[in-house]
This record gives sequence, structure tokens and C-alpha cells, in this order.
Amino acid sequence: MSHVNIEEKLFQNRYLVDAERPHIRIRQPSLCEKKCADQQCAVCCPAGCFTREGRKVTLITDGCLECGTCRIVCNVHRNLDWEYPRGGYGIQFKFG
Amino acid sequence: MIERFDAIVVGAGPAGNAATYTLAKSGLHVLQIERGETAGAKNVQGAILYADALERLIPEFRDEAPLERHIIEQRMWVMDDESYIGTHFRSDEFNKPPHNRYTIIRAKFDKWFSKKVREAGALVINETTVTELLRDDRGKVIGVRTDRAGGDLHADVVILADGVNSTLARKAGFRPEIEPKHVALAVKEIHFMPRDTIESRFNIHKGEGVVIEMLGKITQGMMGTGFLYTNGDSVSIGIGCMLSDLMAQKTTPYELLERMKAHPSIRPLIQGGEMKEYAAHLIPEGGYHAIPQVFGDGWLIAGDSGMFVNAVHREGSNLAMTTGRIAAETVAELFKAGQPMTAANLAEYRRRLDDSFVMKDLMKYKDLPDIFHANKQFLTTYPELLNRSAYTMLRVDGVDKLSKEREIFADFRDKRSLFGLLGDAFKLWRAFR
Repeated sequence: MSHVNIEEKLFQNRYLVDAERPHIRIRQPSLCEKKCADQQCAVCCPAGCFTREGRKVTLITDGCLECGTCRIVCNVHRNLDWEYPRGGYGIQFKFG
Repeated sequence: MIERFDAIVVGAGPAGNAATYTLAKSGLHVLQIERGETAGAKNVQGAILYADALERLIPEFRDEAPLERHIIEQRMWVMDDESYIGTHFRSDEFNKPPHNRYTIIRAKFDKWFSKKVREAGALVINETTVTELLRDDRGKVIGVRTDRAGGDLHADVVILADGVNSTLARKAGFRPEIEPKHVALAVKEIHFMPRDTIESRFNIHKGEGVVIEMLGKITQGMMGTGFLYTNGDSVSIGIGCMLSDLMAQKTTPYELLERMKAHPSIRPLIQGGEMKEYAAHLIPEGGYHAIPQVFGDGWLIAGDSGMFVNAVHREGSNLAMTTGRIAAETVAELFKAGQPMTAANLAEYRRRLDDSFVMKDLMKYKDLPDIFHANKQFLTTYPELLNRSAYTMLRVDGVDKLSKEREIFADFRDKRSLFGLLGDAFKLWRAFR
């Protein structure tokens, strides 16, 4: 059931995007491509921030819900720099 | 000039607000730092508020707090793909004030709680992320660094109520990275519809609410639960599973949520609603064994950042408020006695937690997570068997009832064997006793 359109869900949310300052970064993209068998970030992220093109993993944090899942599932190579966004930026829940 | 506080609290969720409120009421010079635009902007919960923990802090909260509905009926559904079998408990006792629990919308509720914190005399700053803890050359925590210019702030003690990810405690080496088997990932949507639609669909009057907790096939064999809660003019619907299980089954939680929303017993309840927000959150469900060190020289941990969640009873925010309050009471009493905020003195916090319902309850269920991890039949086989048994017994088709009973028993024996059935009963008894 990969036809669920996550963008449609995220469209309802309120974000203050910190342009050009992503709060999560892949340390070594080549590690994902060459060494990570499961690429769990692309599977588990509830906002679909990680997408795959072949073996290449791309991260766009604009729709991030700041849950922390990607950091915890990246438990073999620990290949993410994970911080919260700067104060006032990122998801601002209307209801939570 | 460096401004100095008696205490700094990081985070404005239930733990942080309870701690800051208690410290301010005790007359301490306290600063609370929150990274959201307002308190609540970063917080996600189902959400059920248990009155007791808040009542101990703000006895008159019912007159002021934004509460959605008081719960008069609890439904527990064991789901198969086409059906559910379950229990409903509804009582007019729950209509008698003071009410015991409520649905809340956290963004509204946290804003109110934050107002009470400010009224109590605390200094609250929003839109500020704490990036690390400041420590002296002996390792004692002496303050925090924020992402504001010149953003170092000093205090005698720092209470970390920064949520499940607790980046600060992790960076400081106070606790290890969370393991996927110790945390559940939950996703949730809120659907708006007219109040009277909710009231007729759930057979309730104005102000009354229903909660539905669900387990079984909706989690596809993974350890987890689904829920549906009635708010004033919306329903919250969500599902969560242990992250280790989601990894093993290579599933995203929102696919589970979509399937759950399409279940023939759930779809009519949310039909026509307007979805206005989608949220995700980690819930620390590792239980007793996953609780990290919760105090040290100049610091304490409260709420989700200390993994204080009772997954069995779906309790979290009340444990957060309680641990936040007890952390603050410990600090306030040390201040009053003129004692320093050393690890030896702050160890009193852990002793008080051990004496409270928080640790007693977590201790009671300490082996439960492991038992469910190792025995997936409780989450798939039994829900299926129970639903099929009900269907067999209730379908009138010319087959006599004794034959139906035999069929059901044979079904159970085939799936689990007699030995397996006895073993499962023993495991459940041992886990819950």
C-alpha cells in the first residue's frame, strides 16, 4: 500500500521552514548508498522525508515532524547528524 | 552580564510545566525554555488527561483548563480484518463531578498550562532551542547553552524535561541512544466534524466522551495499539507500533493508519470528517528496564526524557506531571535547607520516585515488553481466533451449538496446541500479576 500520499497529509500541517538550514543531515551519503542494506530511514520515517533513487538516499527535512525515528533506526552506521530546528522553526502543531 | 537562576527547566510539556510551576510556587527564581513558537507547538499526545496528577498541582483546573470531553465510556476492541470483538464499559458514575479523565487537545491545553506557570512567577522564554548543557571542570551541570546570541544561562540546577529524544542528556552522556525495541512510533490524525454528529455517532450527550483502544490485526502482528478519541468537535485517530517491529516488517506507520481508517467498523465513525493535522511522535515504552540514570550533579530528568511511560495502561502525561512535580519538590526542599545540588543530594528524587506509583507501576510490568516481543501470537493468532469464534457462535446456519463449540476448540488447538494454550495463559498471568 505504498500509494498513500504523504504530501497530502503534510499539507494540512503548519511549518516555519528554516530555509537552507536543515536540522538533520546525512553525514556520508556514500555510506547509505554502498554500505546500508536496509535503508530503514526511507521505510520508517512517518513524514517520508527520505526518498530513494536506486540506492541513493535523499533527505529533505521540510516536512519533518521532529519525532526522532530516523536517528534511532540508523543504528548500524549512525550516519545522521540530528538536531532540533532553531528555536521557533520547524513544525508548529495547531492541535498536537 | 550573565544572568543567574536558581533553576532552569528545559521544555514546556507536562513534565516541564509541572516542574516549573512547582518551583515558582516555592518561590525559586526559575527560568523555563521552550523551542516551540508557544508551549504545545512541539507536543503530540492522543490525548487523554488523567485528572489526578494535575489536580495535585492546580486543584481548580476544571474551571479554567481547555478540556474537550469527560470520558464516560471505554471500548476495547480486538480486531480482525473484517470484524472486532470487544468489551465496552460505560457508567453514569463517570458523569458525576469531579470527572476522572478528559480528552484534551495538547496545543490548547499546554498554552493554558504555560499561562499558569507564568502567573506562578516563572520566567518563560519560547522559540529558543537549548543546544547543550554547560558543565564545570568537575562535570557538574551549571547551566545551558541556547541558540540565541549570547545565549549561555546559568543556574544551580537544570531539570531536563525535553521529551523522548532528550538530545541534551544524550549529548552529555547521561543516557545512551534509545534502542528501537524501547520506543513506539505513533501517528495520528485529527478529523473535524459537527458536535452533534459526534454525539449521535457515539451515543453521548454534550460534554461526554468515548475512547476506543484497539489491538489485533490492525498492527499486522507488530506490538502496538490503535486508538480513537472523541474531542469536542473532532476525533483523534491514531496507531503506534514498536519501532523494532516496524523495522523488521519494513512498514511505515501511516500505511497502517490508512488501513485502519478503512476498517469497516471504523470508517463510519470518521466519515465526512475534515482532516486538519497529521502528527507523529515517539513513545518511550521500554518500561522499567529502559529507565536511565535520572539525576546527577546539578541535573534531573523528568517525563518522557526519563522514559516514564506506563505502556500497559496508556499512561504518560500523568507520569510526566508527577515526575516533574517530584523533581521540583526535591530541588525546592534542598534550596530551603541550604543544601547544594549534588548527585548525592538529588538522589532523593529517585528515592521518592521509587516510593510513588510511578516506579511501583513500572516495576509491576517490568517483564511485559519482553513477553510480548517474544510471543507474537497474542497480537495475531488470538485476535483472529476470538473473532472467528464469535462469528461461528453467532451465525445461525443449521449447525448445532455443541458442534460449533467443538469446531472452535479444535481451531484453538490447531493454532496453538494444548501445551501452547496453557503456556500462553501462564505467560499472561506472570506478566500481569
